[in-house]
Amino acid sequence: MTIVEIGLPKRLVELTLDGESVRVPEGATILDACTAVGKSIPTLCYGDTLKPANACRVCMVEVEGSRTLVPSCSRKVEPGMVVRTDSERTNHSRKLVLELLGSATDLSTTPHVDEWMSACGADPSRFGPDAETKLQPTTVDNPLYVRDYGKCIMCYKCVDACGDQWQNSFAISVAGRGFDARISTEFATPLPDSACVYCGNCIEVCPTGALSFKREHDKREDGTWDESKQTETTTVCTFCGVGCNLTLHVQDNEIVKVTSPHDSTVTHGNLCIKGRFGWQHVQNR
Amino acid sequence: MDLKLLDVEPTEAERVVVDLFNGMGRDQLLPALHAVNDRVGWISQGALNHICRVLHVPPAEAYGVASFYSLFSFTERPAKVVHVCVDLACQVNGAKALCDRLTDELGPAGAKSGWLRSPCLGVCEKAPAALAFEAGEVAKEQLLAPTHAGEVIAVAAAGPSHVDGERAEVPQAGAPGLRLLKRVGVVDPESLDDYRATGGYSALRTALLLGPSGVIREISDAKLMGRGGAAFPTGRKWDATARQPVRPHYLVCNADESEPGTFKDRLLMEGDPFAVIESMTIAGFAAGCSRGYLYLRGEYPRALHLLRNAISKARERNFLGENIMGHEGFSFDIEIRRGAGAYICGEETAIFNSIEGFRGEPRSKPPFPVESGLFGKPTVVNNVETLVNVPVILTEGCEAYTRIGTAGSTGPKLFCLSGNVSRPGVYEVPFGTTLGELLDLAGGVPPGRELRAVLLGGAAGGFVRPDELDLPLTLEDARAAGTTLGSGVVLVLDDTADLGSFLLRIAAFFRDESCGQCVPCRIGTVRQEEALHRLVGKRPLSTSAADLQLLREVGQVMRDSSICGLGQTAWNAIESALDRLGYAEEATS
Repeated sequence: MTIVEIGLPKRLVELTLDGESVRVPEGATILDACTAVGKSIPTLCYGDTLKPANACRVCMVEVEGSRTLVPSCSRKVEPGMVVRTDSERTNHSRKLVLELLGSATDLSTTPHVDEWMSACGADPSRFGPDAETKLQPTTVDNPLYVRDYGKCIMCYKCVDACGDQWQNSFAISVAGRGFDARISTEFATPLPDSACVYCGNCIEVCPTGALSFKREHDKREDGTWDESKQTETTTVCTFCGVGCNLTLHVQDNEIVKVTSPHDSTVTHGNLCIKGRFGWQHVQNR
Repeated sequence: MDLKLLDVEPTEAERVVVDLFNGMGRDQLLPALHAVNDRVGWISQGALNHICRVLHVPPAEAYGVASFYSLFSFTERPAKVVHVCVDLACQVNGAKALCDRLTDELGPAGAKSGWLRSPCLGVCEKAPAALAFEAGEVAKEQLLAPTHAGEVIAVAAAGPSHVDGERAEVPQAGAPGLRLLKRVGVVDPESLDDYRATGGYSALRTALLLGPSGVIREISDAKLMGRGGAAFPTGRKWDATARQPVRPHYLVCNADESEPGTFKDRLLMEGDPFAVIESMTIAGFAAGCSRGYLYLRGEYPRALHLLRNAISKARERNFLGENIMGHEGFSFDIEIRRGAGAYICGEETAIFNSIEGFRGEPRSKPPFPVESGLFGKPTVVNNVETLVNVPVILTEGCEAYTRIGTAGSTGPKLFCLSGNVSRPGVYEVPFGTTLGELLDLAGGVPPGRELRAVLLGGAAGGFVRPDELDLPLTLEDARAAGTTLGSGVVLVLDDTADLGSFLLRIAAFFRDESCGQCVPCRIGTVRQEEALHRLVGKRPLSTSAADLQLLREVGQVMRDSSICGLGQTAWNAIESALDRLGYAEEATS
């Protein structure tokens, strides 16, 4: 039996979105309203299983009466709200935010970012060859994770997933300030010495590929990672009685990655080290 | 929560100071870090580890918090260190030459040489300034202002000689008609008796008679606007908080005065500390708060000493505590929290995170503090100067108060004059005084020089030209003229000032002080500084006009899309220099 949470009935709120009248349930965000009518708003730090961090500012929209632009991922709709997602001001903001990000970090493995950049005409090279960047060597200090912080946009999602929103391990935090802000364990100690439990839930939410599974990273490096050849099969983890859903990503009859559906009422996309990484025995032939 | 701690132990001295926090929680993280820093001068792995053990804070999070504050160091440094101000007012008054001398004699700034460059120390009336610190069983701090290389070198070697700083200059001290400054420089700031003999605590008595809603009505009718920079109506803030059914309510007095060129709050706290305590008590009574936090910036040792004294004396005489002044059921007490070198913590929601023991990052609004503030409860946040207007209103009555100033900007206002001005200091004038009149009061620019520009409102404010001196200093006139009074900064530049390096310092300030949470500010402040360097140094990427355009675009996205006021205003002063002072033409010609 599938349990579907329907919640309490909600009133509908009417607002104007790019000149059109839209009705969405009370408590919905502007982003929810956009999604409901098929409008695509770019997001990076937004996560469907996390509270909005409001950090990346890619999803900014214009709300009549507001001095500044507002983040659509977190601002809740209000009756009579007049929202513009494609004004000169929102487009300028989106373009500059993408340019700033692209000038400081490696976005080469961030999904959709090329489309967004070309749609708004963003050119990160405008800041010149001497613009300070966050580029740095990749950190590999354990057999399961690769951390490439040159790709990190400081979206806070890994910290939130590791901390009080899901895992409660608190192995990582944002350290430093300003441009020097970075994701770090205490005193930047290697992951094996930290509170990390290798659940992989930080990798699950990372929007840029700054965090990746070692297996996927290695296959990408040697050119054998091919998503077009992969199948996804969702099953139930056999390790304990919780019954987490596992999605097995299989390429050439070999499991290459394990995730969990974000809409699973058991996991909300999260797993533990056994479900996430304990599948080598399956392919011992 | 099971914590995984590092396998390192604190030294005996570190253990002793951290153990005093036994049984306390996360909100004591910043005080515990201060305790270690005061004792040994830096934060070792063992000390942080032990803090985590005692307060039950995950080590990664404690590391994230400690690394947020510039006064803390994770690398060992000597017990004695001198923080030398290189910010706006000090730059105009020889900070660069001072730092050059120190580099020659002591070596480059850093832990080894015993001196560090510091953002504005809030002693702009006596620039250039430095703050000497020595860790030990009793940490010592000494303000050196105005200072010179010889003194800094001597103090760097010998350590601070006494705990207190110098008394502040109040050019108007004792003048008739002063309201906010009436006791400053006249009355003994350590004596509750002197405070009461000059009308102290009569306003609280009036407040207790009026009742909370009566006080809010008086403050609303007086049209008191916040003096911290945002000019929000104080009565509305108190009323919105008072109406929240959730309990408890909190009061936060924002004394994290860090806007370069601002020193009025320090002067009030040092010259009239009991007034700050009484005002907070009245605010707590009106808004239904049982507890107040006074968030004081870490670089104000004299204010800290005097406020601690004031709070303990007020407690002794039942002006704080249970059933205050015999008023059944009204209990209120105040805790001082020291900042640790982060401008952003003066942002009204960042201050909550800092007090709660998290990184001082601003929160997204809504929800607003009146609804969900400190510890998620309804909270009033007021600036020191705003609060000390409250006893004036209750004593003189709201009608009399509205007759001071103009219709749109009521009451007296403090302005911080610094830079190239003959008699720098804090001046109290009614709103509506013109900028020219204020400059005359401070003696204008030094003899033989000519006025080049005035930076109004601080690094987040804007420049005005010498031909705009008839600008009446009111909220509405400043707004109409496309500028702001901000926190009351009036930083004067004469024809000897180097505008280019002044602007570069503003850009460096915002880059250093950005919390790093949102992209427009974290990366934008860096790109702004880079582009400005190219513009000032006349080393354009392609053309100066293109750099100028880039600067404008970065400025616009910071203003439109940053989370908080820091990013939103990080471009204001630079934009006004380009357009209002004509620096754009100068830089591109």
